Amino acid sequence: MSFGASRDGYGEALLELSSNEKVVVLEADLGKSTKSCWFRAKYPERTFSFGIAEQNMVLAAAGLASSGYIPFASTFSIFCERAFEQMRNGVARPGYAVHLCGSHGGIHTGEDGSSAQAIEDLSVFRSIPKLTVLHPCDDISARILTCQLAESRHPSYTRTARNKVPRLYEGKESVLRIGKGVTLRQGRDVAILAVGVMVHRALDAAQQLSKEGIEATVADFHTLKPLDEDLVGELAHRCGAFVTAEDHSLIGGLGGAVAESLSQIHPVPLERVGVKDRFGESGKPEPLMDMMGLTAEDIVAAAKRAITRKETN
Amino acid sequence: MPEQDSGAPLLSIDSAPYALSQLEAFARKCRVDILRMTTRAQSGHPGGSLSAIDLLVALYGTQLRVSPAAPNNPHRDRFILSKGHASPSVYAVLAQAGFLSEDDLDRFRTLGGVCQGHVDVRCPGVDFSGGSLGMGLSFGVGCALAARLDGNDRTVTVMMGDGELQEGQLWEAAMSASHHKLGNLKGIVDLNGIQNDDFCYQQMDMGDIASKWSAFGWATRSLDGHNMEEIVEGLAWQHEQQNGPSVLLANTIKGKGVSFMENNPKYHGCAATPEELVVALEALG
Repeated sequence: MSFGASRDGYGEALLELSSNEKVVVLEADLGKSTKSCWFRAKYPERTFSFGIAEQNMVLAAAGLASSGYIPFASTFSIFCERAFEQMRNGVARPGYAVHLCGSHGGIHTGEDGSSAQAIEDLSVFRSIPKLTVLHPCDDISARILTCQLAESRHPSYTRTARNKVPRLYEGKESVLRIGKGVTLRQGRDVAILAVGVMVHRALDAAQQLSKEGIEATVADFHTLKPLDEDLVGELAHRCGAFVTAEDHSLIGGLGGAVAESLSQIHPVPLERVGVKDRFGESGKPEPLMDMMGLTAEDIVAAAKRAITRKETN
Repeated sequence: MPEQDSGAPLLSIDSAPYALSQLEAFARKCRVDILRMTTRAQSGHPGGSLSAIDLLVALYGTQLRVSPAAPNNPHRDRFILSKGHASPSVYAVLAQAGFLSEDDLDRFRTLGGVCQGHVDVRCPGVDFSGGSLGMGLSFGVGCALAARLDGNDRTVTVMMGDGELQEGQLWEAAMSASHHKLGNLKGIVDLNGIQNDDFCYQQMDMGDIASKWSAFGWATRSLDGHNMEEIVEGLAWQHEQQNGPSVLLANTIKGKGVSFMENNPKYHGCAATPEELVVALEALG
């Protein structure tokens, strides 16, 4: 198995998009971390530095978009939140296709501690009308989906992660489309919907469940908005029990989005794995994920609870 | 798109005395429209519209290359009203310039109209959706970078209020404009001295505003924002500032032209009653 970090996929996508002369890159002193620095090194004339000033960067991106450019702006996901109102009022409301990428999202960010571990970014950006929200799980899907954004007329927020995780899309690039969930494993007993660094944990959980005779479907919901409601409905009918898994608050992220959708389409028992209304702290990613309840074992336990609820209904 | 389609200012300023009196006449008509719009809607921001209107009339009259026949021409000069609540002033000028009809003005702040409460890009001739202060200059920085990437000589003018200078983002933008040496970016600050709750110096005393802009690397020039000759000269000076960003600091009177509104914080966000409108229109002649 090979490994890759989704932030590297973002950097590679910008290089891939460079042949489009309308693509411009905006940075706020974290290009070395978000990997837009690779674009800067080759195309300095199309890369703009805004210093540590995210609000200004986002509105400048809007000005560039209003003038026919395709801006890709990035910083840490937590500092994207600082420009929330700018994304709402200055970008999404007039409808400019500005693409904001926040790297280092989630508890998995690790040692930098709770100030850097954005756990509510997906929730807040999902609440903005007309905004696409992505959270790819590996470098390959981050690259493919970021490249697709350049064709979109909608503004977007993409969360990438700092650390390398197992690659899940090697040789499977063609299945990736913005707005379409990807079923990575089939099983009839429970559906596990996951995003980001929790996707490979969901696959691990499915293997553990299989040893106990429980067969789980695992789907990567890399697009939180617009949510693939067709797939939600299909899985609800087929499996009758749901688990969501995300390195994000239980409030308003994937779990929230799926709950909103299920309640309208086809209500089935739903158990959510995520951050339980609390902040993280400094530590190595793996022990932190254990402490926060974000492991394959947590997904296994949630799947069993969902199945029990299905059977007692 | 060919350059000549970008449009032209309303007036040729070559015949200066004639043009100045014409600009003053335009401004008077615009003041009437501002008052009628806000009174009809019984909401809106007449005070800051009346303080800004002489500046706007001179800007559209002598500088901006825009055309109602091609409001989305990519090479047009851009105007960004960062103090987006002063929208009636822009709508009044756009009506004079042929972008909007009387009917559009009549539907100010009503459902389905293009004249939204705060300037919005759904309105022909409006380049920026405002309403949240401190954002317009950043947007202008992006527009100015785009013009430079295009190799096009279009200019970007951003009008700000003085209360708005309290927003931190505005100074992020000011710093980035000089960092990127944006000679095509022009600022105008409408220094009417009053913000929503009260006089600016009571809400947040901003001290020496000219020194602040200078310290951020902007060429600055102060002027009387109700003296048409000074404004036209100031805009011409600003047009020549090509090496970096420049700003006109315009001393104005909130509510200018309507005696009971002048320098009165009440009329920041409060329309005249129909009875007050009669008095105001008589005074304007």
